[in-house]
Parts: sequence; C-alpha cells; structure tokens
Amino acid sequence: MSLAPSERAPATGAATTTATGTPAGRGTHRHPGSARRGRRRLLTPESVPYLLIMPAVLGFAIFKAYPIAASFWISLTTGNGDDRQFSGLANYRRLLDDPLFWTALKNTALILVVQVPLMLGLALLVALALNSTKVWLRPLWRLGVFVPSLTGLVAAGVMFSVILNRDAGLLNWVLSLFGVDRVNWLGSPVWARVGVVLVITWHYTGYNAVMYLAGLQGVPKELYEAAMVDGAGPVRRFFSITLPQLRPILLLTVVLSTIGTLQLFDEPYVLTGGGPDNATLTVTMYLYNNGFKYFDFGYASALAYALALIVSLLGILQVRLMGERR
Amino acid sequence: MKLRGTLLTVLLAGAFGLCVGPFYWLAMAATQDNRDVFSWPPKLLPGGHLMENLQGLQESIGLTRVLLNTLLVAGLQTVGAVVVSVLAGYAFAKFDFRGRNLFFVLLLSTLVIPDTVMLIPIFQMMMDLGLIDSYESVILPGLVTPFGIFLMRQALRSMPDELLDAARVDGAGELRVLWRIVIPVNRPIIAALALFVFLGGWNQFVWPLIALRSPEMYTLPVATATLQGLATTNYAQVLLAGAIAAVPVMALFLVLQRQFISGLLAGATKE
Repeated sequence: MSLAPSERAPATGAATTTATGTPAGRGTHRHPGSARRGRRRLLTPESVPYLLIMPAVLGFAIFKAYPIAASFWISLTTGNGDDRQFSGLANYRRLLDDPLFWTALKNTALILVVQVPLMLGLALLVALALNSTKVWLRPLWRLGVFVPSLTGLVAAGVMFSVILNRDAGLLNWVLSLFGVDRVNWLGSPVWARVGVVLVITWHYTGYNAVMYLAGLQGVPKELYEAAMVDGAGPVRRFFSITLPQLRPILLLTVVLSTIGTLQLFDEPYVLTGGGPDNATLTVTMYLYNNGFKYFDFGYASALAYALALIVSLLGILQVRLMGERR
Repeated sequence: MKLRGTLLTVLLAGAFGLCVGPFYWLAMAATQDNRDVFSWPPKLLPGGHLMENLQGLQESIGLTRVLLNTLLVAGLQTVGAVVVSVLAGYAFAKFDFRGRNLFFVLLLSTLVIPDTVMLIPIFQMMMDLGLIDSYESVILPGLVTPFGIFLMRQALRSMPDELLDAARVDGAGELRVLWRIVIPVNRPIIAALALFVFLGGWNQFVWPLIALRSPEMYTLPVATATLQGLATTNYAQVLLAGAIAAVPVMALFLVLQRQFISGLLAGATKE
C-alpha cells in the first residue's frame, strides 16, 4: 500500500502505510469501514511528525498547560470547592503576612543551602574515587552507592524513622560505639532538620555520583596527557580540566537538586510530619496541608505559584551564574 | 601509587557501607517481632517472624491487592510513557516541521515548574470526571514525561540519517522505520527509560495519596504511609512493607544495570 504519487514528497522520504501500521488508534479515530482511506490521507510525509508528537502534545495540554493556567486562576479566588469568588491578590497578600509560610520557606531554604552543597561535594568525591583505575572492585561500589536512589521515599522514610529513633535506633547505637551520647533525632527542632538532611543526602548522593562519573568518563584523556606533559599536578589538573569539563553536568545537578529540594515533601511528611514545632515544615508540605487537609484550594494555589516563582528565579540565576558558555 | 588505590578503595567501601548498611538492617528488622525492632543493641541477625509479619500485612493493608495495584499502575504508566516519549522523541530528533522548536521548548519548560502547581487543578479535573479513586486517575498524569521525551530526542539525534533514509528508499513507511530500525537500534536507552519510568511509578507517593480514597485501591507507598500513621503501629510490619517495596526495584536494577547506567550516561553527556 503506497501513497498516491502525487502525495509523495521525495525530498523528505516517502511515507507508506503498511497493513499493520497506524499510530495504533491512539488519537486517531478508526472506523472499520473507512479505515484504509482515512489512513491513507492521514499519513503524508508532512503529517507524520505531527502525528508522532500528538500524544505528547495532548497529554501536555491536559496535564501540564491547563493545570498551570487553572492553578493561577484558582489562586486568585477564595471559597470552597466549586463555589469560588474572584478575590484578586488576596491570597498572595495573606501569604506575605502568614508567619507559617515564612517558617516553611525558611526551613526549605535552610535545607537547600546546607544539603545541596554537602551532597554534591560528596558525590563528586565518590565519582572521582570511582573513576580511578587503581581502585579494586569498582563495579561493586558503583552499584552500592547507586542503590539508595532506587528506593521510594516512603520506604526510605519508614526505614529512617526507626533508624533515627532516639532510644533504640541503629544510628544512635552505632554512635554509642564511638562514645557519643544518644541524639534526639526527629525529636528536637535542630536535630530533626539534621536528620532530614542526612536522609536526603543518603538518598541522592549516589545518583549524583553516577552522573558525575558519566561526565568524568567523557573527558578526553588527551587533555590530561597534555597537562601532565606540561607538568601540571593532580590539583591543577582537577581545577583546570576536570571541573570545567564537568560544568554542564554540574549545572544540571545543581538545578535538579535545587528544584527537588524546594519541592521537598515526602521525607519530612513520613519522618517528622513537619514537626517538631514546625521545624521541618516545608513549603510543599504547607501547600499540601492547605489544599488537601483544609481544602483551601485558593490559598494552596497561591503557595504553589509562589513556589514556582522561587524555583524558576533560582533556576535562571543558576544557569546565568554557571552556564555562561552555553 | 598502590597506597592511593588502597585508600580510595577503603573510602569507597565506607560509602558502600553507609549506602547499603541501612538496607541490611531493614531486611533484618522485617523478620523481627515488633518489640525486637526497638531492642538495644539492635538485632542484626534474622529473627523468625517473617511469615507472621507477612500475614499481618495481608490483614492490615491487603498486601496482595496493594502489590497488584502498584504493579498495574507502574506497568501501564511505563508502557504509556515509553510509547509517548519514543514517538515524540523521534519526531523532535529526526523531522523538520513547523513549530518544532516551540513545542519542544514548551514541553521542556514544564520541567522547572514544580509538580505541586498542577496538583489542585488535576485533582479538580479528576473529581469532575468522576475518576477520583480509580486506576486511571493515578496513571494518566504520569504518561507525559518531559524528561523521557528529552532523553529519547537526545538519543535518537545521534542516529545516522543514512540508516533511516536507506530504509525509506527501500520503501519502508515511517512506522516501519520506527519499529524495525529506530527501536531495535536504541533498545538499551529505551530499556533505561522504561526502568526510570517504572521506578517513578512504583515509588510515586503524593499524587496517589491525594487521588486514592479506599484502602483496596492504595498503592504500596500510600498503604505503607497510612500504616505508619496508626497509634498502635506495628513497626516490624511497616518495615517489611518498606523492604517489599525495595526488593523488586533492586532486582530489576540488577538485571538491567548495564542499560540503566548507559541510559544515564547518554542523558548526561550527549549534547
């Protein structure tokens, strides 16, 4: 079954319908009787790319574009369920005067500035070690450090809620072997934050390490050889070759980790429920509480938009600062 | 030089221990009696209560049903998202068409918009459609993954055009080219993408927590979290649920490790 010659555009390659091949009925309406004819006209070389992206665009419109727009509209209204009144920027004004929002934002920011550099530094260290040919059993270590990032947040959360238990947790027991007194992880505001940071770091360091490892293996060996001929030591080689070569991946991990941390929800939800004394309440958790506990959709949407604004500003800033060459 | 290798190996072994150690403890704790989970020092050898805990989970959350729910949701999401990503990625990588860059940038821009922005409208949409508490409500929003489309576009871009044109000259239609050449050649990266999506679907939490109402519809993460909230939490059971959530994922990863890592590499280094 080939197309009528007149419809064929040799430059872009001829499209042919086959007996078995249509876009599997998704997005296209199939009427048994007229199927052949319909198909023939659908699959022209010009239409093929549009048919290919159609499922993605449809899904994008329904589950991304529409919700993003609708969310903004909802953020301008107050009321319950379908009974909404336009209220302008009232929700945003409320947000600025809401001490709990600022607490949540402060907690999130604190976790961000402590956790992301700590994690990415560790990840780089692990990646450099993994990249060394002098290390034995490399595949085993690589596998091991990657494993935590496979675990779901809930599984990791319940696991650590017991490991961090004050009286009988594994961590305090291990620390006691070194003579450290029991720490009230999760029970005191300061240590609860440390605990959340520890768990996130445990969870994602290996993932970032594998990303860095990928980047390291993409650095041309000749660069190092040339530098060694010029007499550059390991430190010099690291700063003059490795870091600049890794920059795209560093940028990617910084941006992704920032987005992830700003949206932090699952870990504190499972570990601490936001406590004690709101010390681990995050913006997303506060959003969740407002939207799905108090059903204040308007206010929750305003929180979502405030968060989106912060995320995109930070993202743009990071790309500006780190990605000048791209 | 030998010393440096030894030092690095010790460092990595330490990192390995920190990463894997908690899992060992988890596996052991899941076989204890509830009281023994909180014994001091912690029990680091298997206890004899695995079957008992499994039975407890079956009674409290309906373990079999919950596992099947999770498998169904993650499985369908994987198939759907991979199909959508491969089709769109192929179009973005290998076709020149009006609006290509616009569509692509729009798709990608949603990567930086927090998912939480979309939660409430999608929730309302699902309410209006009467889909709350259904499999569809959990599966559908996960079908479009900008990351997947991006990954596939990056991978397919490096395919030589000659390969595709040769097939076209031989009279193969676009779908045949896709099915017979593009997909087989890129099987490793497609497998990696499938694994990524499956992981995401298997572990997703916030949205199912919102979209699902009745305990028999719960996925494993949601069921586990609700179990933990109870006043008389049986921690041995909660931990067993956590271990059960982790096991298939790791098994799958072990089997597909090479593809997974190469997929990660492809996404990270190609430009």
